[in-house]
Amino acid sequence: MDPLEIARWQFGITTVYHFWMVPLTLGLGPVVAIFQTMWVRTGEERWLRMTKFWGKLYLINFILGVATGLVQEFQFGMAWSEYSRFVGDVFGAPLAMEGLLAFFFESIFLGLWIFGWGRLPKRVHLATLWIAVAGSVVSAYFIIVANSWMQHPVGVELVDGRPVMTDIWAVLTNNTAIAAYTHTIFGAFGVGAAFLIGISWYQLWQRRRDGVDEVDATGRVIVGEAPSIPGRDRTDHSVWIRSLRIGTVVAILGFGGVAITGDVQAKLMFDQQPMKMAAAEAACHTGTAFSVFAIGDLGAQSCDDVVNVIEVPGLLSFLAHGDFDTQIKGVNDLIPEYQEAYGTTTADGTEINYVPIMAVTYWGFRLMIGFGALAAFAAVVALWMTRKGTVPRSKWIMRLALLGILAPFAANSAGWIFTEMGRQPFVVAPNPNPSGVDGVFMFTAAAVSPTATVGELLFSLISLATVYGALMVVEVILLVRFVRGGVGSAMPELAPHDDDHGGGHDPDDPDAPKSGDVLAFAY
Amino acid sequence: MDILPTIWFIAIAALWIGYLLLEGFDLGVGMHLFLTARGDRQRRVMINTIGPVWDGNEVWLITAGAATFAAFPFWYASLFSTLYIPLTLVLLGLIFRAVSIEWRGKGRTPRWARRWDIAMAAGSFVSAFGVGAMLTLTTTGLPIDADGNRVGGPFAWLTGYAVLGGFAVVGFCLIHAAIFLALKADGPVRAAARTFAVRWSPIALLPIVAWVLIMQLRSGTVVTWTLVAVAVLAVLFAWLNARAGFEGRAFAGTAVFLIAGAASIFAAAYPVVLPSTIDPAFDLTVANAASGSYTLTVMTWVAAFGLPVIIASQVWTYWVFRHRVSEKHIPLAHVFTAAVRPQGE
Ligand code: HDD
Ligand code: HEM
Ligand code: HEM
Repeated sequence: MDPLEIARWQFGITTVYHFWMVPLTLGLGPVVAIFQTMWVRTGEERWLRMTKFWGKLYLINFILGVATGLVQEFQFGMAWSEYSRFVGDVFGAPLAMEGLLAFFFESIFLGLWIFGWGRLPKRVHLATLWIAVAGSVVSAYFIIVANSWMQHPVGVELVDGRPVMTDIWAVLTNNTAIAAYTHTIFGAFGVGAAFLIGISWYQLWQRRRDGVDEVDATGRVIVGEAPSIPGRDRTDHSVWIRSLRIGTVVAILGFGGVAITGDVQAKLMFDQQPMKMAAAEAACHTGTAFSVFAIGDLGAQSCDDVVNVIEVPGLLSFLAHGDFDTQIKGVNDLIPEYQEAYGTTTADGTEINYVPIMAVTYWGFRLMIGFGALAAFAAVVALWMTRKGTVPRSKWIMRLALLGILAPFAANSAGWIFTEMGRQPFVVAPNPNPSGVDGVFMFTAAAVSPTATVGELLFSLISLATVYGALMVVEVILLVRFVRGGVGSAMPELAPHDDDHGGGHDPDDPDAPKSGDVLAFAY
Repeated sequence: MDILPTIWFIAIAALWIGYLLLEGFDLGVGMHLFLTARGDRQRRVMINTIGPVWDGNEVWLITAGAATFAAFPFWYASLFSTLYIPLTLVLLGLIFRAVSIEWRGKGRTPRWARRWDIAMAAGSFVSAFGVGAMLTLTTTGLPIDADGNRVGGPFAWLTGYAVLGGFAVVGFCLIHAAIFLALKADGPVRAAARTFAVRWSPIALLPIVAWVLIMQLRSGTVVTWTLVAVAVLAVLFAWLNARAGFEGRAFAGTAVFLIAGAASIFAAAYPVVLPSTIDPAFDLTVANAASGSYTLTVMTWVAAFGLPVIIASQVWTYWVFRHRVSEKHIPLAHVFTAAVRPQGE
């Protein structure tokens, strides 16, 4: 077995996994902060309930983001020591900035928020959440700066064959980074929004199934209440319908933003990584047409077998340059250019294949856009179907709404897998474009730790993958349980209390928790 | 002397010391769940003493790692790739520790909570041990060649020093956490923790003292021996005050003990960041492992801006949560049911 292969699998698995928590944190955080802001401003109960319920889910997810992020931070040194030595001068800086300027604030202030309910003044407490959320948003920026430098190295010069940073500003304002950052943030909004929509839909559906809410002859909702079920009062209805409709708006915003920024990214990529884009299009020969559906052996990393079944003439040129007739270079024409610039064989004599696995790039690109479009469409439909204040009784539509939560997650994963695997065989991609520093590049094969043995890599791959798998099961069970519990699961004060068990509460002691004052996060 | 690399060596030493100082008691509390706590409610008291702060404390580790990457990429690469197996275990330990804190209260049965408590204790132990081994080895040396790559197999790092360092940090965490619990908890937990600290510190702190002395005998200077003297006085001060029931002073004592002791180690190691046990010519030093001066200048600005704000925020957190936690502050376990109409109603 080849250590390189294992190291890549391990990095890919752990990173994609980390990026399931990340977009939910990034998408849900600002929404919860807005809910709490509304509560502080209006004092209305429903905003408080929304803050508590969605905040609870946010926290369950957050912690797994933290746990898996740690692995990311250490992996570069452990499995990719040659990479770390090569890029450390420039790549380490944004990582350290992320720690110093983002992670600290994220974690410190989230701790204050979780335990600060009832202890901090309302507005200060609200501020702690905003600071924590800002920390997440800033952390995403720094890590994308690091990643984008691998896609498009800037701000360095080569000293003894190693890139040395000369211009931090160029690194921080790398056009690739700005496009990728905005794209990723909007994509994360899409995830948060689908979460809001799916879960609120389910809760509204349950209210209807249980006969709490009815509809009149015109289909307009008649809100009811069910005292026997914890938390199922009138306010509860307004919690879910608000969350749902806010979700649809966030979704439309997110997916709109993703389309605009994605377009910018595509144009940059034609310049900066032409091979990636050609492979994403399965464009073997120079031309102008955009492929909608291709067959043939895309996995072969060669173009000879690919047949484009449906093509839209001119569209590719439009994506790349905004006109319909610029000729876009195909894979077969790019290969000789790459060979001339970066060599035909590696140091140990194996031939270099400059074409990434086309099945991945081609379908990764289409799945990203496809799942995104699906989720955006679903959000519009949801907005329309709930215009009369509730959801239909259909169980199938409810199931679709829940299933729809997965679509933007899938789009995000597909986007990253496309971006990262499309860069192969490079880990730091060379840039033919003059705005990058040409000559700064590194092959993935040269990046792996020379000392890492198959045994070590397998040990970490298997143990991490197993643990991650198990944690995912627990995470989903917990999320499902809290979702089914509704607002009552995050606000025990709504549930009827049975004070007999437990004990230890002295009603006269001012320090003792009041019955409603359960820690938002009782450990 | 290279000014910027030296500043960054000090900064990284400070980050590690900050990590041991803060997360030291978190990890120790994790281990105390099965050493001094009796029953679920006492365990919950313990966990709640670190509840609001443990995540912020952990970021010291993340930042120590990232700052090493930025300032000394060769150190980061050699150390982490050589210690592949132990670091994997540290990561697994920290993952279990993190999720168990958060998930233990979310199940329905005592068995669920107990399982996560075990995960937390084991995770805390493994990560404390691993971090200790790593820090000791980076001061006593690893078998690395001229390129900084490990010579030998996956366990070439496994020496007596690694084991000593593991116990050094585990032992320190146990005592530090016992005094922390005595300071932050009330009721039986407080009493049990104080007894533990008084009774066990002479033994539990032996390995860390051994590590300090080994470093001094190798390359001690007047400065480092002075630091050692400070550490010794501090630990005596801590012990006497713990016995007399002055928990705040005792905590200050172990804090100064750690800061002075660890500083003496790093100062004795300077300017070598990772000695090679193969040939001293292969040592990684602040001079040959560092990033360029431009990068270090940028990072210095970032740290000069960031660290004071971070420290102020953390101090404020500890102030907000300065009250002792006792069983009466611990709410009932929150049992909830699905918000649906029961079948047949
Ligand atoms: C676009 C956003 C993004 C991307 C690409 C990554 N992360 Fe991440 N990371 C976050 C966005 C984020 C976050 C939103 O800030 C998280 C997720 C949940 C959380 O707790 O914070 C986080 C957590 C997180 C943590 C724990 C922080 C803490 O304790 O608070 C670490 C150490 C990392 N990440 C490190 C990495 C590394 C080394 C990555 C590259 C391979 C990476 N992340 C990719
Ligand atoms: C969080 C979102 C990310 C995802 C989902 C992701 C995904 C992947 C995948 C799937 C691979 C494997 C590629 C292959 O085997 O061909 C990979 C490799 C890699 N990525 Fe990322 N990546 C992400 C972010 C980052 C970031 C932010 C960085 C840098 C800061 C980064 C650095 C790397 C490195 C060093 C490799 C290893 C070399 C390789 O195999 O290509 N990735 N990533
Ligand atoms: C019209 C729709 C879209 C277009 C044109 C588009 C375009 C792109 C392009 C060109 C890249 C590759 C950038 C590179 O390799 O340098 C990319 C990456 C990515 N896309 Fe999209 N995308 C679209 C929709 C989406 C959606 C709906 C999501 C998720 C909800 C998404 C998430 C991502 C992610 C996470 C990445 C990898 C990170 C990055 O480079 O930003 N994209 N997208």
